[in-house]
Amino acid sequence: MPPEVNGDPGPDLVHSLGRRTFLVGGLAAATSAILAACTSNTPAADSSSSSSASSSGATTAASGSSSSSAVTSAVESSALTSSASNPEGKMVKIGFSAPAADHGWMAAITDNVKKVSSSMKDLQVSIVEGTNDVNQQISQVETFINQKVDAIVLLPFDGAQMTDVAQKATDAGIVVVNVDRVFSSPLSYRTYIGGDNYGMGVSAGRYIGQALKDKGVSNPKIAEVQGIASLPLTQDRSKGFSDALATFGFKVSNQVSAEFTADSGEEVTTNLLQAAPQLDALWNHDDDQGVGVLAAIQNAGRKEFIMVGGAGSANVMRDIKADNSVLKATVIYPSTQAASGVLLARLLVLGKGMADLKEQEVPKSLTLYSAVVTKANVDTYLKSAFES
Amino acid sequence: MSITPTPPGRGDTATVTAEEVAAGGIGSPPEPRQGARRSFLSSPVGRHVGLVIALVVLVVIGMVTAGDRFATGSNLRTVLTLAVVTGVLSIGMTFVIIGGGIDLSVGSLVALCTVWSTTVATQEMAGKSTWWLIVLVAVLVGMGSGLVNGIFIAYGPIVPFIMTLATMAAAKGLAEVISQKKTQVIRDTGYRDFFTGSVLGIPTQVIVFVLVAAVGWIALNRTTFGRRTYAVGGNPEAARLAGIDVRRHTMLLYVLMGLCCGIAAVLISARTNSGSSNLGLGYELDSIAAVVIGGTLLTGGRGTIVGTIIGVLIFSVLNNVFTLNNLDTSTQAIARGAIIVIAVLLQQRAARTELRR
Repeated sequence: MPPEVNGDPGPDLVHSLGRRTFLVGGLAAATSAILAACTSNTPAADSSSSSSASSSGATTAASGSSSSSAVTSAVESSALTSSASNPEGKMVKIGFSAPAADHGWMAAITDNVKKVSSSMKDLQVSIVEGTNDVNQQISQVETFINQKVDAIVLLPFDGAQMTDVAQKATDAGIVVVNVDRVFSSPLSYRTYIGGDNYGMGVSAGRYIGQALKDKGVSNPKIAEVQGIASLPLTQDRSKGFSDALATFGFKVSNQVSAEFTADSGEEVTTNLLQAAPQLDALWNHDDDQGVGVLAAIQNAGRKEFIMVGGAGSANVMRDIKADNSVLKATVIYPSTQAASGVLLARLLVLGKGMADLKEQEVPKSLTLYSAVVTKANVDTYLKSAFES
Repeated sequence: MSITPTPPGRGDTATVTAEEVAAGGIGSPPEPRQGARRSFLSSPVGRHVGLVIALVVLVVIGMVTAGDRFATGSNLRTVLTLAVVTGVLSIGMTFVIIGGGIDLSVGSLVALCTVWSTTVATQEMAGKSTWWLIVLVAVLVGMGSGLVNGIFIAYGPIVPFIMTLATMAAAKGLAEVISQKKTQVIRDTGYRDFFTGSVLGIPTQVIVFVLVAAVGWIALNRTTFGRRTYAVGGNPEAARLAGIDVRRHTMLLYVLMGLCCGIAAVLISARTNSGSSNLGLGYELDSIAAVVIGGTLLTGGRGTIVGTIIGVLIFSVLNNVFTLNNLDTSTQAIARGAIIVIAVLLQQRAARTELRR
C-alpha cells in the first residue's frame, strides 16, 4: 500500500483508531501483568485478535528483564505447542520496510526479500516503498501495527530514530526483527540480524596483511579509500582494518574518503595515487564507489599493488574472476540479511528454533560473517552477489 | 547563435544603439581604460587579484608541505584533470548566472546523460557501434533537458530556481528508472582510452576543457550573444526595450548549460568507466561556488569566464594539497568554506578600490 504522509493520517489510520486504542489498552494490561511477575497471560490474549502474536510480544518484553525467565520459558513453550498444532497451515503475515533503494546493495536487500517471500508458501510479506524519510518510515510501521501483522522486519534508515515506533510494535505484540542498523533499545526488538562493519575491516586487513607477509614486504605502503567519513559504519570498518593490520605490524599509510559514488571514488583515488607514488596494497570500503576507484587506478596505469574491495558486488566479483586487474579480493557485507530477517521472523511467529542449534528459540542477535572472496572461491559467492 | 530576429515594429538602427546602451551601460565587464595603473586593475589578472592571491597561496602551501610530490608534471596533470568536469559545468553556469538565472539541475542532468548514453552503449544493438555514439547521445540528452528547462523558464514563465529544482528531482528519477539504480559499466575500451588518454602529454580531458573555456570566452566577450547575455541579466526590461528577444535568449542559455552537462557527462563517464544515477551529486553547488568566487554576481549582469576558471582551479588545488598531506575531508570542507569567504572579501575590496580610483 502507498506509504502514509506524515501529519495526514489518511482513511486507513482513522478507521483503525478505535482498534488501536483497544490494543493499547490491552497492552497496558499485559505490561502490568508482566511487571507483577504474574504467569497468567489472559488479559493480553483477550485484548488481541491473534493469541500467538500477543504471546510472543509478552516473550519479548519479558526477555528484556532477566529476572522473569520463568515467564519467558512458560510463554515460549505455550507458543511452541500452539504452532505445532497447525504446522505450515498458518499464514505468517510480515511487514517489511527499508530505506530507499538508491544504490545497488540496498536495491538487492529488497529484491532478496521478494525472492524469499515468494519461495515460501506460508509467507505473506507486504513490502512498502523504501524511504529515506524517517517520518514516512515511522508511519509505514504504524500502518503495519494497525494491520496487525504477525511480524515486522525493519531495516531502519536511522536506528535511533526508529526505536520508539519499534517499541510500539513490540508492545502491540508484534515480533520485531531489526536488520543491520541497530535500534537504541534492546527492548524494542526480538531479534537483530546484521552485517559486521568492524569485521569487514578485519577480513580485509587480514587478507592484505597475510598477502604482504607472504611476499616478504617489510614496511609496506597501505592505502585505504573510505566511504563517507562521518558515518559510524565507516569508522568501524577503518578501526577493524587498522586493528587487523596491526597484528602483522603494519599500518595504513594513506587514507582518503569518498562518498559511495563512482565519481567521488575516482576523484579521491586520482589524488591518492599522486600522494603515494608507490603502494603495496589498497582497500576500498565500498564496491559501488569501487568502479571509480578501479578506473582511476587504470587511468593512472598503476599495477604495482593489490586491491581489495568491500561489500561484494557482482561487478567486482567478475573482475576478480577475470583476474586482469589489481583487484584480487573483496570482503562481503551480505545483501541477503533482510531476507534472512524475514525467515527468522517466520520462525519466531511459528515458535520454531533454528534447526541445527540446541536452543528452542531463535537467538536474540545474529552478526553475519564478512567472508573474503578471492579467485579461488568466487564462483560460490557470485550467485548471491548484488548488481551494483 | 547570435542572430536574433528583430521584433516587428522596431527600427534596425534604433535597436542596435539601444542594445549597446543596455549592454554597455548596465552589464558588460569594465572595458580597459587609460592609465597604466588602471589597465593593470582591469586586466584579467588585476580584476581577479583576490582569487589569484588565493591560488598562489595554495600553490605555495602545496610546494612547502609536499614539494617533492606537488611540483611535478604528473601532479599538475592530475590537478587539471580533476578540475575539468566542474570546469565545463562552471563555464555553462557562468552564462546562466550572468543572464540572471540559476541552474540547480546540472548534477542530475549529468547523471541522466551518463545513464542514457551508457545504456545505449551497453545495448546489444549498439554493441558494434563506435564510442562517438555515446558522445552524441550524451550531448543531445543534455541539450534536450536544457531545452525543457529553458522553455518553461522563458515561456512559462517559471522562476529558474523552482524550475531547475523540479528538473533536478525529475532528471535524477528518470536516470534511476533507466538504469534501474545500477551502475552501468562501459565495456567499450575505445571510449575510455580516447577520453582518458593524452595528446603531446596533455590529457584529452584538459584539452576538451580548454576548448570549452575558449569558446565560452569568445562567445561571452566577442559576440552579440555574449553582449545580449550581459544585457538580459543586467536589466531584462531595458534589454527587451532594446529589441532583444529576452525569452528566446534565456531559453538558449539553458540549452547551452545542457550542452555543457552533456560534455561533462562524457568526461565523467569516461573517467569512471560507468554511467550511474549517483554520478554528479552536488555538482550544481560545486559549479555555483566556483562561479561565485570567480566574481560573477548572483543577481546577474556581471561576471567573467577567467574568474570562473581560477575559481575552479582553486578548489582543485585545495583538494590535491590536502590529499598529498594525508589530511581528512572534514578539515578540507572547513578550508573550502574559509576560502570562499576570503576570496569573496578580497574580490569586493579590489572592486571597491577600483571604483574609488
